[in-house]
Amino acid sequence: MNGEVLIKVENLKKHYLGGKVKALDGVNCEVHKGEVLVIIGPSGSGKSTLLRSLNLLEIPTSGSILFDGTDITNPKTNINIHRQKMGMVFQHFNLFPNMTILKNMTIAPMKLLKMPKAEAEKRALELLDRVGLSNRAYNYPSQLSGGQKQRVAIVRALAMNPEVMLFDEPTSALDPEMVGEVLDVMKELAAEGMTMVVVTHEMGFAREVGSRVVFMDGGVLIEENTPEEFFAHPKSQRTVDFLSKVL
Amino acid sequence: MAEFFASIQKKFILCFVDDGFWKWLVQGFKNSLVITFFAVIIGFLLGVVLATVRSSYDKNEESLRLRKGIGYYLLRFFNGLCKVYITVIRGVPVVVQLMIWYFVILVSQKNGVIVAVVAFGFNSAAYVAEIFRGGIMSIDGGQFEAGRSLGFNYVQTMIYIIIPQVIKSVLPTLLNEVIALLKETSVAGYVGIMDLTKAGDLIRGRTFEAFMPLIAVAIIYLITVIVLTKVFGIFERRLRKSER
Repeated sequence: MNGEVLIKVENLKKHYLGGKVKALDGVNCEVHKGEVLVIIGPSGSGKSTLLRSLNLLEIPTSGSILFDGTDITNPKTNINIHRQKMGMVFQHFNLFPNMTILKNMTIAPMKLLKMPKAEAEKRALELLDRVGLSNRAYNYPSQLSGGQKQRVAIVRALAMNPEVMLFDEPTSALDPEMVGEVLDVMKELAAEGMTMVVVTHEMGFAREVGSRVVFMDGGVLIEENTPEEFFAHPKSQRTVDFLSKVL
Repeated sequence: MAEFFASIQKKFILCFVDDGFWKWLVQGFKNSLVITFFAVIIGFLLGVVLATVRSSYDKNEESLRLRKGIGYYLLRFFNGLCKVYITVIRGVPVVVQLMIWYFVILVSQKNGVIVAVVAFGFNSAAYVAEIFRGGIMSIDGGQFEAGRSLGFNYVQTMIYIIIPQVIKSVLPTLLNEVIALLKETSVAGYVGIMDLTKAGDLIRGRTFEAFMPLIAVAIIYLITVIVLTKVFGIFERRLRKSER
């Protein structure tokens, strides 16, 4: 295991309805700089909750999350500063429908990093160029296909220069033929050394790009391994069952 | 037939021209517009604030409670305050509110138009607040999350991401409120303000001629509403560009 620890999750719990529903029930894990951590598991296993807890879109019931050494679950921590360093990509893209693609990408750097407009736009166009969408800069999200929207969502997050990118089932809402274009962008990103945490059902992606695979069920981590070992020699019976259904 | 037109003409001259009564209509119309204009501004600004507080509480109650900060108790307090305000304002007829402002609260203010602006503005705010709250609650939660995940704080997310989308979606309802407000100002005469309706009524009292002045007043209101609808329509179409 190489690279220093970027995110350290300790005994994280998320309970609903006063403890009747345990979305997360004591999760411990680490994300290292430069690695691609892939979280898989059945629906309702808590994998999205875990990912959304990492930037506090879900407030955990107990436990702690250390990001760059700061406990972000502490109410005194200014979470907004830390969120700027954690890019997030959602299943449903969540582009701002009333803004052009360019505006979608420049609003955060301009307002939060106080980047001058010309610089923010130049960077945005460079990023769009990287994902092959520079000709779409002045379109609105509704004029783009699902795959294009998700690529824009990825570069919108990148425009803030994050230290880690969180992906919440980025290809689940896409037509099958658009999945590839989004995964390609993610692969490229991984190759450049971006730290990534990816919740996905794309086993091919997990196998090919993941540095480590985590299997979750019932709000706990069942198994954690390198992709080769994980898919070839799953240790727990639960993992075997799951893999037999999805592979 | 000629006789009929002659009598119409005579009445017209009697009601509007002879003693310069048309000036009353102009003055009254001006007052109605001034009251409506400033009341809309007050109502809009205060309404947005009320709606933001109410929806912030509704949307974030759980996460704030978990974080237990002072913010939770503050927001809870202001949310309660807003609720009471909206309930009271919506539960009391606007004429009664206007009279309370004029005869009780702002009794030293001699300018009736200012009192009316305050009364109608604060009244409208409650309705605008509910319109806006509905608008905010109807925006997909993913928009908030996208804003927050980029690092915007709650207020910034509201200002930069949510409110612009809300304005677009509530514009037709908001226009309705402006039109309703314009017509509601017709009760301003209750506290001696000469608005358009009062002007028409005064002419009626002076000339003992009801048809002419009241129809004139009705036509002026109608034309104003039609013009407002057209202007808002143009505005709306501009904002909708992004949806095509």
